[in-house]
Amino acid sequence: MSTYQEFIQQNEDRDGVRFSWNLWPSSRLEATRLVVPVSCLFTPLKERPSLPPVQYEPVLCSRANCKAVLNPLCQVDFRAKIWACNFCFQRNPFPPSYAGISEVNQPAELMPQFSTIEYIVQRGPSAPLIFLYVVDTCLEEEDLQALKESLQMSLSLLPPNALVGLITFGRMVQVHELTCEGIAKSYVFRGTKDLSAKQIQEMLGLTKPTAPGQQGHPVAPQEAAASCRFLQPVHRVDMNLTDLLGELQRDPWPVSQGKRPLRSTGVALSVAVGLLEGAFPNTGARVMLFIGGPPTQGPGMVVGDELKIPIRSWHDIQKDNARHLKKATKYYEALANRSAVNGHSIDIYACALDQTGLLEMKCLSNLTGGHIVMGDSFNTSLFKQTFQRVFSKDHNGDFRMAFGGVMEVKTSREVKVCGAIGPCVSLHSKGSSVSENEMGIGGTNQWKLCSLDHSTTLGVYFEVVNQHNAPVPQGGRGAIQFVTMYQHSNTKKRIRVTTIARNWADAQSQIQHIESSFDQEAAAVLMARLGVFRAESEEGPDVLRWLDRQLIRLCQKFGQFNKEDPTSFRLSESLSLYPQFMFHLRRSPFLQVFNNSPDESSYYRHHFVRQDLTQSLIMIQPILYSYSFHGPPEPVLLDSSSILPDRILLMDTFFQLVIYHGETIAQWRKAGYQEMPEYENFKQLLQAPLDDAQEILQTRFPMPRYIDTEHGGSQARFLLSKVNPSQTHNNLYAWGQETGAPILTDDVSLQVFMDHLKKLAVSSSS
Amino acid sequence: MVDHGEAGPVRCNRCKAYMCPYMQFIEGGRRFQCGFCSCVTEVPPQYFQHLDHTGKRVDCYDRPELSLGTYEFLATVDYCKNNKVPEPPAFIFLIDVSYNAVKSGMVNIVCNELKSLLDLLPRENPEMDSVVRVGFVTYNKVLHFYNVKSTLAQPQMLVVSDVSDMFVPLLDGFLVNVNESRQVIESLLEQIPEMFADTRETETVFGPVIQAGLEALKAADCAGKLFVFHTSLPIAEAPGKLKNREDKKLIGTDKEKTQFQPQVGFYNNLAKECVAQGCCVDLFLFPNQYVDVATLGVVPVSTGGSVYKYTYFQAQTDQERFLKDLRRDVQKQVGFDAVMRVRTSTGIRATDFFGSFFMNNTTDVELAGLDCDKAITVEFKHDDKLSEETGALMQCAVLYTSCSGQRRLRVHNMAVNCCSQLADLYRNCETDTIINYFAKYAFRGVANNPTKAVRDTLVNQCAQILACYRKNCASPSSAGQLILPECMKLLPVYLNCVMKSDVLLPGADVSLDDRAYLRQLIGCMDVADTHVFFYPRLLPVMKLESGSLPVALRDSEERLSKGGIYLMETGLHLFLWVGASVQQELLLNIFGTPSFSQIDPNMISLPVLDNPFSQRLREIIDSFRAQRSRYMKLMVVKQEDRTELIFKHFLVEDKSASGGASYVDFLCHMHKEIRQLLS
Repeated sequence: MSTYQEFIQQNEDRDGVRFSWNLWPSSRLEATRLVVPVSCLFTPLKERPSLPPVQYEPVLCSRANCKAVLNPLCQVDFRAKIWACNFCFQRNPFPPSYAGISEVNQPAELMPQFSTIEYIVQRGPSAPLIFLYVVDTCLEEEDLQALKESLQMSLSLLPPNALVGLITFGRMVQVHELTCEGIAKSYVFRGTKDLSAKQIQEMLGLTKPTAPGQQGHPVAPQEAAASCRFLQPVHRVDMNLTDLLGELQRDPWPVSQGKRPLRSTGVALSVAVGLLEGAFPNTGARVMLFIGGPPTQGPGMVVGDELKIPIRSWHDIQKDNARHLKKATKYYEALANRSAVNGHSIDIYACALDQTGLLEMKCLSNLTGGHIVMGDSFNTSLFKQTFQRVFSKDHNGDFRMAFGGVMEVKTSREVKVCGAIGPCVSLHSKGSSVSENEMGIGGTNQWKLCSLDHSTTLGVYFEVVNQHNAPVPQGGRGAIQFVTMYQHSNTKKRIRVTTIARNWADAQSQIQHIESSFDQEAAAVLMARLGVFRAESEEGPDVLRWLDRQLIRLCQKFGQFNKEDPTSFRLSESLSLYPQFMFHLRRSPFLQVFNNSPDESSYYRHHFVRQDLTQSLIMIQPILYSYSFHGPPEPVLLDSSSILPDRILLMDTFFQLVIYHGETIAQWRKAGYQEMPEYENFKQLLQAPLDDAQEILQTRFPMPRYIDTEHGGSQARFLLSKVNPSQTHNNLYAWGQETGAPILTDDVSLQVFMDHLKKLAVSSSS
Repeated sequence: MVDHGEAGPVRCNRCKAYMCPYMQFIEGGRRFQCGFCSCVTEVPPQYFQHLDHTGKRVDCYDRPELSLGTYEFLATVDYCKNNKVPEPPAFIFLIDVSYNAVKSGMVNIVCNELKSLLDLLPRENPEMDSVVRVGFVTYNKVLHFYNVKSTLAQPQMLVVSDVSDMFVPLLDGFLVNVNESRQVIESLLEQIPEMFADTRETETVFGPVIQAGLEALKAADCAGKLFVFHTSLPIAEAPGKLKNREDKKLIGTDKEKTQFQPQVGFYNNLAKECVAQGCCVDLFLFPNQYVDVATLGVVPVSTGGSVYKYTYFQAQTDQERFLKDLRRDVQKQVGFDAVMRVRTSTGIRATDFFGSFFMNNTTDVELAGLDCDKAITVEFKHDDKLSEETGALMQCAVLYTSCSGQRRLRVHNMAVNCCSQLADLYRNCETDTIINYFAKYAFRGVANNPTKAVRDTLVNQCAQILACYRKNCASPSSAGQLILPECMKLLPVYLNCVMKSDVLLPGADVSLDDRAYLRQLIGCMDVADTHVFFYPRLLPVMKLESGSLPVALRDSEERLSKGGIYLMETGLHLFLWVGASVQQELLLNIFGTPSFSQIDPNMISLPVLDNPFSQRLREIIDSFRAQRSRYMKLMVVKQEDRTELIFKHFLVEDKSASGGASYVDFLCHMHKEIRQLLS
């Protein structure tokens, strides 16, 4: 490996891991001085077509509190058939099945290229996948129709043995029984009444009159499956359910003028969670909630039914004027936790023009690994295609989704784990490798990911605990093992083990080495996740200040400068982009709530803390491509100076895809030049960004909002709000007749930001 | 039917009495003086009419309200609840589908019958379809509502298991027009018995069932009637849950009265809500054991509904009785959301009311529903002097919603003479009515007083009446002689019957439910009903002539001859007693068999034989049945047979098995009482 760049790339490809530092400072003190913690972005289920799973169980270290998995870093004595655990140094004999191993006949898990390996576990019953649709019927006719079609279509995408269920709600909540012939049967719940799980199960007739001696025995899943009339295999109820969906009507209760329809989302979810809890505890299940508006009654109500009282805004929240916020959030959090305990994930598909209460409900998806999709209407391709993509399959024909994941982190003794940030909940398992210092969801070395896919990425934060006066022996390596157990979409249980190691370095003598091992992209995303995590509980300005302070300290530590001389400030190549990332992060909707509704903020943050590094970076700093006659399409600076009349710009912010036609191009297009044969090349120019956009649209989940606009168009604001405002109405005339487009803003530009940063970094007082 | 248009009925300004023949027009017809309160009221211009030389209005005989005793006004919006013209009423059928209900065949029979019954919903114009909407609910421990909207291909079932907090899960499609949704309804009725054929659920709820119906009517904003078909004591966990409290040991003690009181207060409140909404409840019971009629009956009784009870219901033998009752109950003319008010002229006052209704204050009788079979007994008391010239006037006005959703006022007027001589009073009294009153009064009393005290009061009052006559009217005679007024000579015998009734003096085989059932039943009987109930009609049917009935006999075993056949009617039962040595020809004519021993005691109807005698006998039986609001099952009693005991129970002049006095004994007792009073 020649450069760190390649090393990082190779590691990411193989293990799905990106560390902020790829050389670790060898003492706690030095580590804290590095500002950015030793941390990594880890994609547990990174798609590895070249990695065939092995069909046996992992070999575990026999020490009770270690149980690390045999891996390439272990010392193996082939003659004695003994291996030493590289985490606790326990010497373990190989199991009898490994009798035949030798230096030339090594099992896969000992080969260095299998630092990530996947085991298929045969034991345990394989439970079918469960999909429970929870459908809002307070929709416009057109929306409901579109949704019904999407749902009907989805039935054909499900594996035939998957169990499906249907709950619809409006003023009442209806749980549909799917087995019955003839009369369609459903159980109805009042939408205003908070019911306990036990009550719900009783009312649904799920509690069987067990014989006195039998009590306390959990019912085996298969048995429960047979008894549960509400969740049935797709192949059996396909027709029934299609008809049922077809006959689904809008909520019949009259909505008087000036009122919102009464929508009992809270109770519907409670029933869904209660149903699954009773019938299928600890099996993979997906609750898919489709809503077209905010919950307006019962527990979990976000806004009353009076239209004259608008749904809460950031302004209301800051003024503590959001009446239902706390209560609703608490309600949904409790539900989310219950659901997470049982390994059921909750998706939210919210399609409405106004807010739907995602702020309150976000925890449902955030804690359980569910998706959140936000759109304007169910009758848009954004929703339809996104929904379809939920059921997309990989090259093996398996769903790109996994259930009931449990990720465990084991560390060598110099390192402890502080926490994780991602779509997970803590399992409160306090091992020896757990740090007291919490970052993100901490205090544990196991997390539950109720649902995860190939791109689900966690930020995992560590702490070097080695004391300064106890140096690590030369050439020693710190090791971390990620053990992820999950239920594959083919219902088999699997365990993926990733073991990685990094060298230790003495921060005093080898600071340059450490500096060059810095992965600024990973670091930016990891710091951003910390920032977003803080923003959930803290005031926005506090978070920004914290980020700024971290940035300044980092620059002070690694920048080269003469004291009090801003012009002398230099950053090495491995850090050069970092300040720019921070600049854009500060302006991003993840930290700025201005111009965003609370729902939008929740939505953006939801996706930010689960996507992989590449996507996260796009979210922080959108990509801008420029198309012109002057040459092939090229990426350009995300800067107002890139907005030129004779260019077409394509901006990808992850959530939006904006195609922007410069002033001249827009005029030409309006004049219809592209229709004329002699301007064939113009037609091609117009087509190029569309094709590129299509490519992005094809692969991304959720589907981004596609915006086609031009100079002066109202939708151009999406572009203008993202670019660095290097030219504004304040400095335009001072700069003379420069090219580019001025942005009407008082925000500081990157240049100003950098100048300021330099000044602060070189200042001795801070 | 009188329609006064926008202005509504003409009423007295002060007492609000309605225009009636007792209103005196004065000042050339410009004003009228109220016969009840004497207040003078302006005649509204549109109602003005000149008077003739006798002071009568010229149009007197053209107007029902000026010439008839009973007539109806069409009420205006002012007389409607919330000042809104009422929606047409709805019938909701709530069917128990627990194990017992299915097994006894009830569910099957009801569903089958409803299919044809739905065409016979009450209507005012026989040419038109009924506007009454229908809804269906089945229940055991949980409730199943059915969506039978006409646009559906199949009915939909909505299960509500939250019985502690009842609500109606659907709005649209629950109450439907029969003709529009016929196919869906038929499919539903077809499927209900199938769906629950294998049910193993034995527990039921009851309170939530009525709540469900009530909520449905509330949601639809209309009045209506619930038909509840119920089998067992509601022991499932829900509001209005009951426990078995029948205790024979309590009979005769001070605590006996508690057995007639409802177990829980829940149903009283529920009844109040029902009345407020105009929700009348008819309860059909099919019990195999104690179901606590006293409690379950609270709502039907307070809402002007009826309770029907078919103990040990068996499809084969009881089907006909049940279906006849059901048919009549569904078809009969009903009114909803009614208020009755009795106005009187000065001197008397309506002080008490007996029947199936609810009263919020002391004057307004509120009825969620009322029908042609319900009678209300009103007690009047003197509160001032009456004059012989003017007599006493009474006006009873019932405001109700007809089955077509029209708001109407039915007015009954009555004037009675007054007398200053006690003898006149005794000459003009009606024993049957007095018995009706006494019975209702006594039966109401058993819920608050020990039964013995009630019985003593009855005897006492009767003795008082008779003693008073003896003292004031009768011609002097020896003290030992019993003298009864002509009109009251039957009072002792009838009173004895009341005293001996199952309610006041239960035999060992009479269940608490039966007593409670009878008690509620009497409450809304009219005079003819009580008469035959307490003193059954016994006819010898050895010789029958067309056109006239045989002369009735006294209810005593001495009157029966071994060679005779007798028909007895009690209003609830019909017996045909067959003597052991009846002529073979007679048997052949009636039963088609010459042998006494070959008569099947379990037959429920007489064989149809083509001879005049059989025809006539069956004609008589049918005519009896037609007179009563409830279908009477025929029971053939063979002399010296097991079943004769039941029959003998109704021979009320004899000593009864439960210790009731014979007529002679009672008369002696009464005589003693009178003498005591006089001395």
